[in-house]
Amino acid sequence: MGEKTLMKGNEALSEGAVRAGCRFFSGYPITPQNEIPEYLAWRLPEVNGVFVQAESETAAINMLYGAASTGVRTMTSSSSPGISLKLEGISYCAGADLPIFFVNVVRGGPGLGNIAGAQSDYFQSVKGGGHGDYRVITLAPNSVHEMGNFPRKCYELAEKYRMPAMILADGILGQMMEPVEFEDEQPVDLSKRAEPAWALGNSAGRAKRVVSSYDLREGELEKLVNARAERYHAVEENEVLWEEHHTERMDILLVAYGTSSRACLEALHYAKEKGLSVGLFRPITLWPFPYRQLAAAAGRAKAVLTVEMSLGQMVEDVRLAVNGSVPVHLHARPGGGLPTGADIVAQAEKILAKQSCSCGGCK
Amino acid sequence: MNLVNSRPKSLTDKTMHYCPGCGHGIVHRLVAESIDELGVKDRCIGVAPVGCAVFSDSYFDFDMIQGPHGRGPAIATGLKRAKPDCIVYSYQGDGDLASIGMAEIVHAAARSENITVIFINNTIYGMTGGQMAPTTLIGQKATTAPKGRDPKVNGYPIRVSELLATLEGARYIERVSIDAPANIIKAKKAIKKAFDNQVNGRGFSLVEVLSTCPTNWGVNPVEAMKFVREKMMPQYPLGVLRDDNGGANVSRN
Repeated sequence: MGEKTLMKGNEALSEGAVRAGCRFFSGYPITPQNEIPEYLAWRLPEVNGVFVQAESETAAINMLYGAASTGVRTMTSSSSPGISLKLEGISYCAGADLPIFFVNVVRGGPGLGNIAGAQSDYFQSVKGGGHGDYRVITLAPNSVHEMGNFPRKCYELAEKYRMPAMILADGILGQMMEPVEFEDEQPVDLSKRAEPAWALGNSAGRAKRVVSSYDLREGELEKLVNARAERYHAVEENEVLWEEHHTERMDILLVAYGTSSRACLEALHYAKEKGLSVGLFRPITLWPFPYRQLAAAAGRAKAVLTVEMSLGQMVEDVRLAVNGSVPVHLHARPGGGLPTGADIVAQAEKILAKQSCSCGGCK
Repeated sequence: MNLVNSRPKSLTDKTMHYCPGCGHGIVHRLVAESIDELGVKDRCIGVAPVGCAVFSDSYFDFDMIQGPHGRGPAIATGLKRAKPDCIVYSYQGDGDLASIGMAEIVHAAARSENITVIFINNTIYGMTGGQMAPTTLIGQKATTAPKGRDPKVNGYPIRVSELLATLEGARYIERVSIDAPANIIKAKKAIKKAFDNQVNGRGFSLVEVLSTCPTNWGVNPVEAMKFVREKMMPQYPLGVLRDDNGGANVSRN
C-alpha cells in the first residue's frame, strides 16, 4: 500500500487509470466530470500516453474504438447525456470484443437535467443502453479510494473477458475530496506484455486481422453472439462483488450502491441509536448483479428497503433477487436529490410499524 | 511468358461483390497499387465504412477495422495516435462523410491528423437503395426525392473538397474522377500522393473521387461514366483544391 493522498474523486480516478496502464484518452467536456480530461491532459503526456480532446462524445468513443483495436489500454469519461451519445460506439466495441474502459459521472436527468449527482443511469449501464445484445461490466465505487483503485479492476476484467467495463460514479463521488491510497506499490508496467492476438498493427509475417462487429452470413451472427454470451455467463459466475454490513440478524435490509450506500451507512448509526435492527447490502458490481448473495441476505430480514438517487431502477433487480420472499420497499430521490440517514430510518420505522410508506412495496 | 500485370499484393483474391460499372473496384485497386508502390503494406491499417464498401475489409490484404457510419476519421485518429508508425486511411462515401460524418471529417482535417482519406462521391446512398445524398445534384432523382432534388425542399449539394480546403490543417485536397482511363491515371497519382504525404508526416490528405452508381442511378455503366463527365463535373470541378507543402514536417510524427 502506498501513502494516503487527499484527492478529488475525478482526479483519483484519473491517476488510478494512469497507474493501471491507461495510455490513451479521448473525451469531450461535460460537468461534473471535467477534472478527468483536465488531469489527463497533462498527466498522460508524462507517461508517453495520448490525450485527445474530441469534437464530440460521438467522435471520442470512435477514437477510443480505433485506439483500443491496437491493444493499448484506453479510457473515455463523460456524464449522462454524453454517455447517451457514446452508446452507439460502445455497442460497436462490445460487438468487436474490444476491452474498452469508460466512466459515467452521473448527473440528474432526463435531458439536460442538472449537474448534481444522481443514480438515474442504472438501466442505461446494466441493461444494455445501446443497441443489440451486449453487456458491460459495471463497477460502482462509493468512495474516492475506490474511484482511484477500480480502474485497474476494470482493465483486468475487460481484458480477461474481452468486453467493455465501466465505472458508474456520480457527481458527488467525482467532486468530493477524500484520502485515497493506491493499492499497488508500483504502477502497472505493460511494456513487456505480449501484443494481444487480435490487435491491429504491423501485419508482417502474420495473417491480416480484422476488427468488426458484423457478419451478414446466414446464422453466423447468432453463433457469434452465443459465443459471447458464454463469456457473459462466466462473468456472472465468477466476478460478482458486494459488501454487507450488519446483515447477520436484522429487521430491515437496506440495499444501495455508490453514494446512496453512504447515506445508508449513516442510517445504520441512527437506527442503532433508536434500537432498530438494520443491515446494509451494497452491490459493488451492478452487472453482474449479486442476485444470489442478495437473496440470501434478504432471507434473514423482515423487509427490504432499496435506497436510490433515481425514481427506482436498481429496485427491479432487487425484486428479481428477493423473488417475493419479503416485501421490497423503495426510498427514491430522483432529479439530483440526496437521501439522508434520518429520512431512510424514518421510512424504515414506518415499514416496521406496518404503516404505509407510499412506495411501490407498500401497494 | 512475361507477366505484364497482376493483382496488387495489397488486394486479396476474393471476388468483389460490386455492381457492374461501380467505381469502388477501380478505386480499391488504385489504393492497393499506391500502398504496394510505397512499400507500406505491412504497416497499413484501413478503416472500412458503412455502405457498399463495408466489405472492403475482406478485399484488402492488411489489417482492417469496420466502423460506424460517418466516424471513419475519428477511428483513424485513434489508430494513428496509438500507432504512429502505421499508415492509416479512412475510405468513405458521400452519405457517410458529407452527411452523418461531417463533424468528424472537418475536425480531423482541422487537427491535421496525419491520415489519408479516400472520399467516394457518387451523389447517392448506394447500399440503402438510392436515397438522396448531400451531394445529389439539383434535379437528380433519388428514392427520397422522387421528383428530383428541389433546392426549396432539399437544399443544395455540398462541395466537400472546397469546404475542407479552407482549413489550415488540410494539407492536400484534390478532386479526381474515374470516368475515363486518362482520369484514372490522374486519380492514381493523387491517391498515391495522399499516402506519400502521410509516410512523410505532412498531415491530413483527402482525395475526392467522382464515382458511379449505375444501379441506383438507373443507367448502364457507359451512361454512368457519361453522367460523371457531363453532370457531375460542372458541379464538382476536378483539380487540386489545396496543396500546402508549407505543412511539410510540421505535423505529428
